[in-house]
Amino acid sequence: MSRTEVRLSGAGGQGIVLAGQILGQAISLYEKGKFATFTQSYGPEARGGSCSAEIVVSDESVGYPYVISPKVLVIMSQEAYDKYTPNLSPETLVIIDPDLVKPNASKKFKLFSIPATNLAREMGRVVVANIIMLGFLTAVSDVVAPQALKKSILATVPEGTGEFNIKAFTLGYEYGLKQAKRSGA
Amino acid sequence: MSKDDALCGEFFMNGDTACAEGAISAGCRFFAGYPITPATEVAERMSERLPQVGGVFIQMEDEIASMNAILGASWTGVKAMTATSGPGFSLMMENLGLGVMLETPCVLANIQRAGPSTGLPTLVAQGDIMQARWGAHGHYEIVALVPDSPQEMFDLTITAFNLSEQYRVPVLLMADEAVGHMSEKVVMRRINQKELASRPRPKVVPEEYLPYDSREGLVPPMAVAGGGYRFHVTGLTHDDRGYPVMTAEAQDKLIRRLVDKIRLNAKNIIRLEEIGVDDAEVVVVSYGISARIARYAVQKARDEGIKAGLLRLITVWPFAEDRIRELAPKVKAFIVPEINYGQIVREVERCAAGKAKARLVPHMGGSVHLPETVLEAIREEAK
Repeated sequence: MSRTEVRLSGAGGQGIVLAGQILGQAISLYEKGKFATFTQSYGPEARGGSCSAEIVVSDESVGYPYVISPKVLVIMSQEAYDKYTPNLSPETLVIIDPDLVKPNASKKFKLFSIPATNLAREMGRVVVANIIMLGFLTAVSDVVAPQALKKSILATVPEGTGEFNIKAFTLGYEYGLKQAKRSGA
Repeated sequence: MSKDDALCGEFFMNGDTACAEGAISAGCRFFAGYPITPATEVAERMSERLPQVGGVFIQMEDEIASMNAILGASWTGVKAMTATSGPGFSLMMENLGLGVMLETPCVLANIQRAGPSTGLPTLVAQGDIMQARWGAHGHYEIVALVPDSPQEMFDLTITAFNLSEQYRVPVLLMADEAVGHMSEKVVMRRINQKELASRPRPKVVPEEYLPYDSREGLVPPMAVAGGGYRFHVTGLTHDDRGYPVMTAEAQDKLIRRLVDKIRLNAKNIIRLEEIGVDDAEVVVVSYGISARIARYAVQKARDEGIKAGLLRLITVWPFAEDRIRELAPKVKAFIVPEINYGQIVREVERCAAGKAKARLVPHMGGSVHLPETVLEAIREEAK
């Protein structure tokens, strides 16, 4: 039984939960022979409170549905960084937005970074930061196939925004490929 | 109603939404409810879907009215449901009893959160299992199903409607926050009309109709309000005509029938899933989200060479008494992980009747058991 766990974390309003839904759906519906369970936790606030999306992937149906030790951890707020980085496995791949998170240099895990929020702002719509982040995650990890994720984006985003979202995905994906090459991953 | 009303295909969706889609597929065309975490997504989906399929969605002033509204709707001949969580479930108890007394088919989904009272509104528990059994006053039998995945939220909602129609009894879908809010693949197959049960209809002419006629069986034929059959229903103890009769004899006849129509059909109602139970020395008895943790733990125990099995209660009420009695002399222990401080374990202990130990693995709610906790209990009992 192979089990892969992913946590996406940040603040309410950043599209963390939607990103989790898109990722879980990509694996569950658009990849063969894989099962995915997506859960979420959030504070009582609609915006600003910390929130987290968890995706558990397995080659058989998922029993325990929550993250025990993530293979990939995406962090888009300082609060989430402080909450989720203690006790991480050194094998965990941590992805941050460096404009939102100041990492602690003494921590030992594989660290990647992408200024997803700023890149989204440059594209003209800050709301696609989560999609840029998903593109990056797809490039630097083997959690999901790019084609499956693209299909899932198109099946989820509002009508008329598909092309823009795929552009955002590709931006993050290519940014990720360059970093992965540089780090030899 | 077109046959395309129900969705078909594969979807990645949460349990609450799958419950709503199961209801649509089962032919439910009336929903009355009041929003409450973590059940709101059921109402949200129904508010979107019911108008599309010619149904009616009403957001009521509270849960008392919601329960009343679905009883009334059911008497007009439609399949009706509501969905709520702990505080709303408590408010619905009085009218749930009315539904039992009037023998009104309907479905009530309780997406359990931690209580008592307001408790932990957004977090999981399984504390309402005994309330499901005994929450209304008086002696009665009820049917309660517990899904363990979004797929089962879909499938068992259909089963719930079928059982409620077949036995003319409110059926409870006792889900929990974890299953209600998690998203997984849900396969919605096309439901054949033949798979859907309908309440027995009167076979006699209106002049001869008795609303609680039990001569043909334990489940009386049910007329549609406005369909030409005159009837009277009351929460008072009543005779075959539906009129109040205030005697011990009428009470005896009515309550025996209300209980027996479920009790004597328990074998047909009870659904179980068993994994490795046949040669097991330790059997984990669990339900809902806890059963998923248990499944993981049982698998690990088997890997360690322990003869462990899982008995998953898909139907919690009526309780699987016969199966526990049958297994008790063959096993060392039953282990019951549940997200409360001991509810179903009492039933297991009663049926094991001293022939096997019944060990509770409790959790007060707010999260689920760690697989390791259940595994450790299995290891200890297998020694």
